[in-house]
Amino acid sequence: MTAESEERLKTAQQEEYHHLVNRVKPKPPVIKNCLWAFVVGGLICVIGQLILNYLLMLGINKVDASSLDSIIMVFLGALFTGLGVYDDLGQKAGAGSIVPITGFANAIVASAMEFKREGYIFGVGARIFSIAGPTLVFGFVASVLIGLVKLWIIH
Amino acid sequence: MVALKKKGLQTLMFSEPPIITSWASMVGPKEGEGPWANDFDMILEDYLFGEESWEKAESKILRETIKLVLSKQGLEPQDAEVMLAGDLLNQIISSSYAAREINIPFLGLYGACSTMAESLLVGSILVDGGYFERVVTATSSHHYTAERQFRFPTEQGVQKVPSSQWTATAAGALLIQKDGLGPKVVCATVGKVVDMGQTDAANMGGAMAPAAVDTIKIHFQDTGRTPDYYDFIVTGDLGSVGMTLAGELFQKEGIVPTPNYSDCGVLLYDGLQGVDSGGSGCGCSGCMLAGPLLKKIKKKEINRLLFVATGALMSPTSTFQGESIPGIAHAVAIENS
Repeated sequence: MTAESEERLKTAQQEEYHHLVNRVKPKPPVIKNCLWAFVVGGLICVIGQLILNYLLMLGINKVDASSLDSIIMVFLGALFTGLGVYDDLGQKAGAGSIVPITGFANAIVASAMEFKREGYIFGVGARIFSIAGPTLVFGFVASVLIGLVKLWIIH
Repeated sequence: MVALKKKGLQTLMFSEPPIITSWASMVGPKEGEGPWANDFDMILEDYLFGEESWEKAESKILRETIKLVLSKQGLEPQDAEVMLAGDLLNQIISSSYAAREINIPFLGLYGACSTMAESLLVGSILVDGGYFERVVTATSSHHYTAERQFRFPTEQGVQKVPSSQWTATAAGALLIQKDGLGPKVVCATVGKVVDMGQTDAANMGGAMAPAAVDTIKIHFQDTGRTPDYYDFIVTGDLGSVGMTLAGELFQKEGIVPTPNYSDCGVLLYDGLQGVDSGGSGCGCSGCMLAGPLLKKIKKKEINRLLFVATGALMSPTSTFQGESIPGIAHAVAIENS
């Protein structure tokens, strides 16, 4: 066999195996996962809304109340990560607990806890954003782009 | 000059089969809740084992298992002439730090989760070759050290997929001697790296199954044996997904080792322990061999075992760079004399 036909045979075998794997591999329970994500994600948002309403009731203005609400939700996400509950919740709820701001807190606090044993500089400091880092980087990029769009188009 | 002890392409036939005179296993709390609790020597109460970090705990588990395997024969650590060990962590630190404490000659091995078979194979060569009389081979893995190195921070709320596997917190150690009582290591097949282009790190069984099947096929070709020669053929940590795939591949190759075929990753836990496809990690096949399996051989429930530990040889770096996952498997035949 020439090198080229050997290569082609290998690719064909790999493709055949790939099909076999896809056939055998169990599918994630999508509907169940979606329901969990909907319920848990929804509940987190309801809690956020209740806190916001309470803050408004106290007579705090809307802008400050929203900021305070976010701060409280981040705190709760961090707290339940520290208590070792949030990862169990994430296993069930998937995106339902990752997407809300509590999930962002979870990503940061989980990294901070994980790498504390490597010290505060090379552990916590260097790796606290190991999971949340991409969110920040692309968040910054998006904000710059939107700023530029506003600058060029609207003005 | 021909290789006198080699048969066929990849199989070594030991002329004076080394004897596994002692074995010891230590497992974590979750593994202790599985079906084999009575067959392990020690079940840990927590994952830290009195240490400050999971890495230190893993090293201690390995160290204590090695001490235990020697003490079962009334030996002190320094009575072993050489220690062969490996684990999953970067630069195999669990093994190196265990070797630092035990202070005997040390050869570190890396074969990912195939390390138990690899160390047993190399150890048997050293004993059969007449270089050493007492060799300790050992391996370990720890759920949380592997999790943080290969996946996510442990408290990160991520959802696992059904094909993912649970890295076992476990260690297994064997004492291989030239003389003594116990099952013999008759022959061994050194596996090739087989890569079928799988890139899904959440389906390691799928990546390793072709390597396991390749090694088993070559083993039968080289030795002229058939699957029914063995009472039991067990792969390392393919999990239920990998085991199903291996079953399909066996049929394609015309080898049908069922019903005497199973997988340590499937056996280690019972289905309700939330481990998805099953167990994995060096300790998975390590503790199953150095616990339940050798116990069954001792009781003569199994007289001929083909132990085929499997490893996925990728790293987080190679995964992020889009490389596929190379698999490997080594087979070791253990028989009652």
